[in-house]
Amino acid sequence: MSVSTQTIRHEYLRHNKKFPHVWCPGCGNGIVMAALLRAIYRMELSKDEVVLASGIGCSGRMPTYLDFNTLHTTHGRALTFATGVKLANPALNVVVVMGDGDATAIGGNHFIHAARRNLNLTAIIINNSIYGMTGGQYSPTTPFGARSTTSVYGHIEQAFSIAELAVTAGASFVARSTVYHAELLDTLIEQAMHKQGFAVVEVISNCHVQYGRRNQLGGAVDMLKSYKENAITVARAAQLTAEQLEGKTTIGVLTDRQLPVSTEEYEKIRLRAEQS
Amino acid sequence: MMPETPSKRQLLQGNEAIAHGALAAGCRFFAGYPITPASEISEELATLMPRSGGTFIQMEDEIASMGAIIGASLAGVKAMTATSGPGFSLIQENLGYACAAEVPCVVVNVMRGGPSTGLATSPAQGDVQMARWGTHGDHPIIVLAVSTVSDCFTTTIKAFNLSEQFRVPVIILSDEIVAHTRECVELPAPEEVYIINRIRPSVPPEWYKPYEGDSRGIPAMASFGDGYRHHITGLVHDDHGFPTENPGEILNFHQRLTQKITRGFPEIMMTRSYRLEDAEVAIIAYGSVARSAMRAVEEARQQGIRAGLLQLITLFPFPRSHVTPVLKQCRAVLVPEMNMGQISREVQRVNQSFCTVVKHNRVDGQVITPDELSTRLIKM
Repeated sequence: MSVSTQTIRHEYLRHNKKFPHVWCPGCGNGIVMAALLRAIYRMELSKDEVVLASGIGCSGRMPTYLDFNTLHTTHGRALTFATGVKLANPALNVVVVMGDGDATAIGGNHFIHAARRNLNLTAIIINNSIYGMTGGQYSPTTPFGARSTTSVYGHIEQAFSIAELAVTAGASFVARSTVYHAELLDTLIEQAMHKQGFAVVEVISNCHVQYGRRNQLGGAVDMLKSYKENAITVARAAQLTAEQLEGKTTIGVLTDRQLPVSTEEYEKIRLRAEQS
Repeated sequence: MMPETPSKRQLLQGNEAIAHGALAAGCRFFAGYPITPASEISEELATLMPRSGGTFIQMEDEIASMGAIIGASLAGVKAMTATSGPGFSLIQENLGYACAAEVPCVVVNVMRGGPSTGLATSPAQGDVQMARWGTHGDHPIIVLAVSTVSDCFTTTIKAFNLSEQFRVPVIILSDEIVAHTRECVELPAPEEVYIINRIRPSVPPEWYKPYEGDSRGIPAMASFGDGYRHHITGLVHDDHGFPTENPGEILNFHQRLTQKITRGFPEIMMTRSYRLEDAEVAIIAYGSVARSAMRAVEEARQQGIRAGLLQLITLFPFPRSHVTPVLKQCRAVLVPEMNMGQISREVQRVNQSFCTVVKHNRVDGQVITPDELSTRLIKM
């Protein structure tokens, strides 16, 4: 691509907003934000036709900084607001950014039902395995044994696998990347936004401040390196046993299927209702 | 296609009349979750919305219903949800968001017995103070009550109009009796319905401040997608909609939210007077209880008691300017409610020793009858 990320970023950042942002130096959120902007740039979408919604948490602040129609909702409820926006104006391109706690703990019910309902929405879930903004408490994706401010003796619960959860719940498109694999992330977000139906991109991201520090994972760079070393493509993963996959992160497109999209199905309902 | 609004006499249930009123007001988005005794509103709108070019959706819970109607309203479509006690508890979180972000929307609560699962099929009025103060933090809100099927239609239109005019959520409190009573109502033709729509920005997009109030403190409202890109948040925000921790801006936020309602008191406060001209004793009632109260006033009059009724349509902001003259005029006022005394405390609050305020409370799942009220009036 001939245009630099910096040029793209400045095209979409809100210049009337008081910076700096709330994210810590080295946070993966910035990588996800830039990937989203590159995807929107490539798709040649106008700013007016994009709605960016979020919930609460570090990820929830992303819309504040971007020059779209932006909606910072309540904790876990971003998908419900987005559902109303999309149904009220299906021409809008609605993207929802959530964190792991936001999307799968307090918003878990909304997440699985949004996947099942299959509206034409794009959900980006930044999974850093921790509640960062509130001070490092364990989330639904904190691994067994990990330390957090609420699992100081080691975590005793099993973690959700968000992408697999989305597949099971019925999403049309499900993909996973890490913040190390930024170029893959651009592509996956673009594919998700093009997809007709509910599309989920899970992004494994680093919270070296609240999670890495308490689990001896080093700084931001160390955590990114570990994503590089432990990532494995969907195709490669298919050839390995469960034991060989232990500790690995599968990246790429997990599911891409054609299902009835409820925004379009409702148009048919309107026709049926008018004729009845 | 024209909305599905009949222009003739119809035999309707209160819940159905609310659905028709919503459509007549221009509501084109409804999100709900099944709950007794409110479900007929969902059922009616699942049938009528798609015929009117609108959208009906059944969400996974009431939290989601409330989120969805806020989203729809932000995209420029008038939106409503309907629920009952337990669901009304769940909508409170996002209701506060609608108050803070000033998103017009209408919430119907068909009250049933509480607390908790309570009495799912019995009438009650136990959610009155919750309607005013259920969501956390200081916030503006308008609460209206309906007592007849005809009210269900007209008050729902009024609710949308107030919501659009003041950019505030409006709660309609119905109850199980009003919801399931069938009455013959005259519904106006669509062109006869007075409708207020939110003010759209008239300035160029680059000048638009989404939370800069007009002379009455009400900001013009752009819709997502119409070129006025802006930020909506539940955080305390400045005129641009961006989060702020500046004490001056926080104060402006709260003052404007409160004052936009205070300035609208004359338009918002609605009551109905019945035989109050020469009344010495009066009933102050709302919802289905006002029906029994009207009959009780007649029965008392037949016994030679000069009785009257002030029916509250607006419960909050509490219509003090309507209630005070009644308190000054009468020697005693009876406040019957299907709760332990939620509006009577408001009446007592504004009663500066003008008269005696008598409570009459019933929470056994039964209606308050005209006889029990006329008996009280005669003894007052």
